[in-house]
Amino acid sequence: MADLKLNQIRKSYGAVDVLHGIDLDVKDGEFVVFVGPSGCGKSTLLRIIAGLEDITGGDLLIDDDIVNHKTPKDRGIAMVFQSYALYPHMTVYKNMAFGLKLAKTDKAALDERVRAAASILQLDQLLDRRPSELSGGQRQRVAIGRAIVRQPKVFLFDEPLSNLDAALRVQTRIEIAKLHQKLKSTIIYVTHDQIEAMTLADKIVVMNAGQVEQVGSPMQLYHHPKTRFVAGFIGSPSMNFTRVKITASAGETVTVEMPGGATATLPFSVPAGDIGKEVELGIRPEHVELDRTGDLPVTGEVEVVEKLGDSTYLYVRLENADRVTLRAPGHSRVKVGETVQAAAEGGASHLFDGAGKAYRKTNCPAQYSADE
Amino acid sequence: MSTPNPTGSVAGNGLKLGVLLMATPLLLWLVLLVLLPHIDLLMVSLRERISYGKYEFSFVNYIEFFTEPLYWNTYVRTATMSILATALTLLIGFPVAYYIAKVMRGRAKNVLFLLCLIPFWVSELVRTFGWMILLRESGVVSHFLQWAGLVDGPVEMLYNDVTIMVGLVYTSMLFMVVPLVSVLDSLDDSLIEAGYDLGGNAFTVTRDIVIPHAMPGIASGCIVVFMLTLGNYLTPTLLGGKSSLWFTDQIYTQFITRFNWETGSAFGFLLLVLSSFIVWLGLKLSRQTLSDTVG
Repeated sequence: MADLKLNQIRKSYGAVDVLHGIDLDVKDGEFVVFVGPSGCGKSTLLRIIAGLEDITGGDLLIDDDIVNHKTPKDRGIAMVFQSYALYPHMTVYKNMAFGLKLAKTDKAALDERVRAAASILQLDQLLDRRPSELSGGQRQRVAIGRAIVRQPKVFLFDEPLSNLDAALRVQTRIEIAKLHQKLKSTIIYVTHDQIEAMTLADKIVVMNAGQVEQVGSPMQLYHHPKTRFVAGFIGSPSMNFTRVKITASAGETVTVEMPGGATATLPFSVPAGDIGKEVELGIRPEHVELDRTGDLPVTGEVEVVEKLGDSTYLYVRLENADRVTLRAPGHSRVKVGETVQAAAEGGASHLFDGAGKAYRKTNCPAQYSADE
Repeated sequence: MSTPNPTGSVAGNGLKLGVLLMATPLLLWLVLLVLLPHIDLLMVSLRERISYGKYEFSFVNYIEFFTEPLYWNTYVRTATMSILATALTLLIGFPVAYYIAKVMRGRAKNVLFLLCLIPFWVSELVRTFGWMILLRESGVVSHFLQWAGLVDGPVEMLYNDVTIMVGLVYTSMLFMVVPLVSVLDSLDDSLIEAGYDLGGNAFTVTRDIVIPHAMPGIASGCIVVFMLTLGNYLTPTLLGGKSSLWFTDQIYTQFITRFNWETGSAFGFLLLVLSSFIVWLGLKLSRQTLSDTVG
């Protein structure tokens, strides 16, 4: 168990910069998830922590020791690979024991630790099998078991669920969450799936184009995205965005002109210098409610209806050709082609400047704020 | 119990005929060019020439082999040298193959692989003459050493065991590198990375992960190289001269110089037994099967 600290970590391949100075603190026992679109550098960052890639610049500290030049073995880290990387010529037992064997652990201790890990992961019956005789989920558990037996300071998971089918993915996700509660170990987990990130993480690190966009708890990211990218990435379906113009700013509130010409007064603190600028207004589908009035009214024709049982998503085309997604109750009988009226409260919206940075929200109603 | 389906069995027969027809060229080749000559070889080796056109069944050719030290000494020496040449080829070829398969990426990989192939665009004879030009008394290396002042007079580097070994390893290299590259190509990089992650170093990862994975390729490369070396005539004769003492040279002498086909056949058969036995032993010791190796 350990603290991990990343200090201005940079990575370049030749002239191509992949990571542009990453700062991050991971506390002992924390479950941290790196999430972002493919190519954002999250896997590279994980491999740097694992010691599989050299660091171009910056420092990596584990328990206040700089480990930049330490081999993977001396870092006290165990990684679970996306492809599981199990050895086909070894049994499950030997696969799990391999790390301990390399560390020259004595036989009795080795056996005890392998069997303990196997029982945590319900692999007791499979110890004599080869990886080729196991299902995808079982292989995944062996890969995790191989990491557990080494009792590492930090566990690293590289998209561990991406090779599993949907049902197994949910099940394994829950098992990983339980495992973390049981082991109370520090875990760094990479995924491109925001649902995995939201459900597993104590702390999410949203990455984009080699930079950290925002670090925070799942609820902080959901309710207070610092950038337009985070706002669009977290939440499903993703946030609606529309371009608006700032017409007036008065301390705690701002007045914006909507695409149709209507104006709305919203609780954001905007510097006077930004008056007249085009900015972006964001509102989540679940905060746009059907058949009501509010600060941000929406009227348009329904193009697509997605019924999920507990809720229904309506894809609405506005008069100005903008499209808005909104969530209606599961029993909604709205049909394609109907014109619907809906609205959202100003307090639920988000406002981003031209560079994609969020303006500070001044009055956040309780139901739209993070619980911390 | 289900009743046999007559249509199915007809289709089955049709399929069998098709397979038989397709296999015909292979079967013809095996029977006419491999099986028949060897049966004949065995029969010729088991007869003794009494007088002109008169032969008797006899083990005399084999007895001659075991009673004449030169013959079986050459036999053992050829086997030992071939095993050594195979081991050296593996030792040199493995890092080369690993570099090509796992370290190089993209275009450079193909170029490097092609470079391994280039020497094989010229015939073995020409390649061996190349070595002779380099190593003979009036050759390039000898001149260079004299020019550099390292030696006083011309140096003869041909006609010794080291030179034979160099020639054999050089000639065999490609046959080791190709199967190794293809087997190492199929090794997932994450398996190697996981090895380091689990606390391995270059030595333990190679021993416990890379080599077990590459075993079929190692076995097939070694079999091919060993058989080629054991049966090589040109390289030992040209680079080793009279002192080469290679068993194929003995066979050649029996057949061509002494026109003693009976002893020549016996020697040929003994060479076949030797190579089969050593390959079998090698597979047993490395716990590989021939089907793994080919597959």
